[in-house]
Amino acid sequence: MLTETESGQQAAEHAAEQYDPGVSILHHVLDANEIEVPFFPHVKIPLPQIHLPDWLGGYDISITKHVVMMWLACAILLLAFGAASRRRSQPVPTGLRNLLEVIMVYLRDEVARKAIPEGADRFVGYLMTTFFFILTCNLLGLVPGAATATGNISVTAGLALIAFIVIQFSGIREYGVIQHFKNLVPHGLPLWLVPIMFALELLSTFIKPFALCIRLFANMMAGHVVILAFISLIFILNQVWYAVAPLSVAFALFVYVLEILVSFLQAYIFTMLTAQFIGMSVHPAH
Amino acid sequence: MDPSALAFLGAGLGAGLAIIGGGAGIGRLAASAMEGIARQPQSAATIQTAMLIAAALIEGVTFLALVICFLLSLK
Repeated sequence: MLTETESGQQAAEHAAEQYDPGVSILHHVLDANEIEVPFFPHVKIPLPQIHLPDWLGGYDISITKHVVMMWLACAILLLAFGAASRRRSQPVPTGLRNLLEVIMVYLRDEVARKAIPEGADRFVGYLMTTFFFILTCNLLGLVPGAATATGNISVTAGLALIAFIVIQFSGIREYGVIQHFKNLVPHGLPLWLVPIMFALELLSTFIKPFALCIRLFANMMAGHVVILAFISLIFILNQVWYAVAPLSVAFALFVYVLEILVSFLQAYIFTMLTAQFIGMSVHPAH
Repeated sequence: MDPSALAFLGAGLGAGLAIIGGGAGIGRLAASAMEGIARQPQSAATIQTAMLIAAALIEGVTFLALVICFLLSLK
């Protein structure tokens, strides 16, 4: 990307080892088929590569770094909630159970029950799973040495696909297939407006989960790219690294803390919007 | 012009324009939130929550544009 350095002779000497910030940043953000061990650079643990045979479609379902991060998030959630529910017979929650219950009660009362007027409790399990899974994946990505699974568009696409399925199935189960699509268009519209409204609403049923996917992916990837860009500034301006490093680390630290807020916020936004869409599907306002 | 030069140019201009849109939108949002809090200090918590949610949604779109620009700059 950048091909000029401070002094030309440095470039001539180190032309072969020119630091390319684009390659370096992408290397940290993209998925890989091996896990790098922190503190021991160049030690890489190769992960199993699984390619389906052609008669099954030839898909690549290797275990990659992001898949391992997702499994780690699942393990953390199982451990945390398992530990929290060990004394669930006691009426007064304490410790970890108290913390998780505060978040869960908030999600149930303020997000699910507000968005889905009736029968919200059947969706609370799915909504809480979504929230805690996205939150854990986001926070895991902030740990140095780990990767952000939700910074991979395939992961967020999977989450958005499941949201799409839940939204459509909930509406179809409530009203039947034909009435569910008729619910897209409000009552009492002039007849010439109905085709346009129907086309627009049909398009928006696909665009809303797509926006969920892109929003989560872009927020997670962009945050990490900004942090990595600040750090790589030190290497780009390595002639005066002693001046650049304190500022660069300070800015990177600021963005790091902001990323913690963004992790929580994006998990909450994904869950809240999914709840809103389910509510609109199960209880159309018109 | 060299196509990769055009890609860099597009990336830079696109990022700038995306930030203008996002910054202006969130700035207006923050101004309304400030005014609302100034009128009714007791509703500050509600307004702040709503402001954060709206800001996250607007930022989502801005980040999408930024990611596209970043991908362009790597071509």
